Amino acid sequence: MSSRVKLSFTTIIRPAALCAALLLSACGGANSVQRGLIYDPHEQNNRGTHEFNKAIDRALLSPASSGYGNVVPPEIRDRVGDFSDHLSLPNDVLNNTFQGNLAGAGNSAARFVINTVVGFGGFVDVASLFGMKRHDTDFGETLHVWGAEEGPYVELPFLGPSTSRDTVGVVVDIFFDPFFVVLKEPTSYLSPAAYVVNAMGTRYDYQETVDSLLYDSADSYAQARILYLQNRRFQLGIDSVPGEGEEGFDPYDDPYDDF
Amino acid sequence: MTTPMTISKVSRRGFLASAAASLAVLATPALALTDAQAKSLVDRAVADINKVIASGKPLNSMIRDFEKIFSKYADVNIIARSALGPDARRLTSSQSRAYTKAFQGYIARKYGKRFNEFVGGQIEVNGVRKVKSFHEVKGTARLRGQAPFEVNFLVSDKSGSSKFFDMIIEGISLRLSEKAEIGAMLDKNKGDINALIAELKKAG
Repeated sequence: MSSRVKLSFTTIIRPAALCAALLLSACGGANSVQRGLIYDPHEQNNRGTHEFNKAIDRALLSPASSGYGNVVPPEIRDRVGDFSDHLSLPNDVLNNTFQGNLAGAGNSAARFVINTVVGFGGFVDVASLFGMKRHDTDFGETLHVWGAEEGPYVELPFLGPSTSRDTVGVVVDIFFDPFFVVLKEPTSYLSPAAYVVNAMGTRYDYQETVDSLLYDSADSYAQARILYLQNRRFQLGIDSVPGEGEEGFDPYDDPYDDF
Repeated sequence: MTTPMTISKVSRRGFLASAAASLAVLATPALALTDAQAKSLVDRAVADINKVIASGKPLNSMIRDFEKIFSKYADVNIIARSALGPDARRLTSSQSRAYTKAFQGYIARKYGKRFNEFVGGQIEVNGVRKVKSFHEVKGTARLRGQAPFEVNFLVSDKSGSSKFFDMIIEGISLRLSEKAEIGAMLDKNKGDINALIAELKKAG
């Protein structure tokens, strides 16, 4: 009975996410965002979510990560990290294909096979040991390639900084993940579980950086926002065009012009 | 009579043209920073940084070394001023000196602290391109147990000597991230520059 309820939940969520994705791609053109700009019309709500996320970090994530990092040795944590990456490869194959990046799709597929067969079911990233570069991607990038605009900045509960386009991307990535679709419960939750455990490992490895960002910044919300947007635009290959982005947040603005 | 006249006209024009051309060629390295000079600056800075990382010294002495490297190779003045934004223009000269000094120490502590995460790592310089009036030197950082990532330096000689005025790690500009942070600090201190300087001395 309970599994039927959950099934109907996912059957509703999937088409809903797809509709949202299509809607966003269709109407994205209205608010074009350049590299040099921060577009944050929902700042007040976002700041509320940011405080919520910090409270979650203080109460749950940070202590859990310390416990995990202290108890589990780095060799094992690395295996969890590799396994979590491994489980996201089928999704990378799909998204690379959607983006017309067949080389990337082939690479992700080959990587999945190699690491499954020689890498103990994906616990060892053998492909990386051989210098094979990863074509990591997501549905947010697919939407970007399809022409969807970035949209307003969003801070998501639990997941942190995002944009309206990448929020749709994340939802689609979760509910259309091949593992999640193909596997039955509870195996279908393997990928999210590995993701959460790996996130604790990452939180532990970057403890000082994360603590300094969240708890030592004069305005941790603004810092998280500027770091995320710059890095995300870099990942998507949004390069600045000379003469554009005069709003003061283009790294290629010449500061000597101002003084 | 007309023939020599024409010849001299032509040769004079020819001389002027070639003089202008050779002047332009001669002038280029003297007036503007070249790709090679920009790259060599970053090569030297990176060699010094790698030396500090490899030294395995205690953190406090690493931070001091990093501050020296920062003040030697970076245009601290323009980074500090641009982090403050237009407000930098209303500083008195003594405020400006105090602010730049406090900013330099803050950056050294904040980023120098990270140096123990870099132990065993290496940065290599791969190439350089010209952007607007400055140069972008591209590098790769290889840290233990991590996928290699991009570290770029923006180099200009507008301060009078060639210095870098930004470091961009995977798209994240140090100058712009600090612009957001210094702006927030100034807001927190209700626009009081002296209070900002006092806070910077403790921060990082």
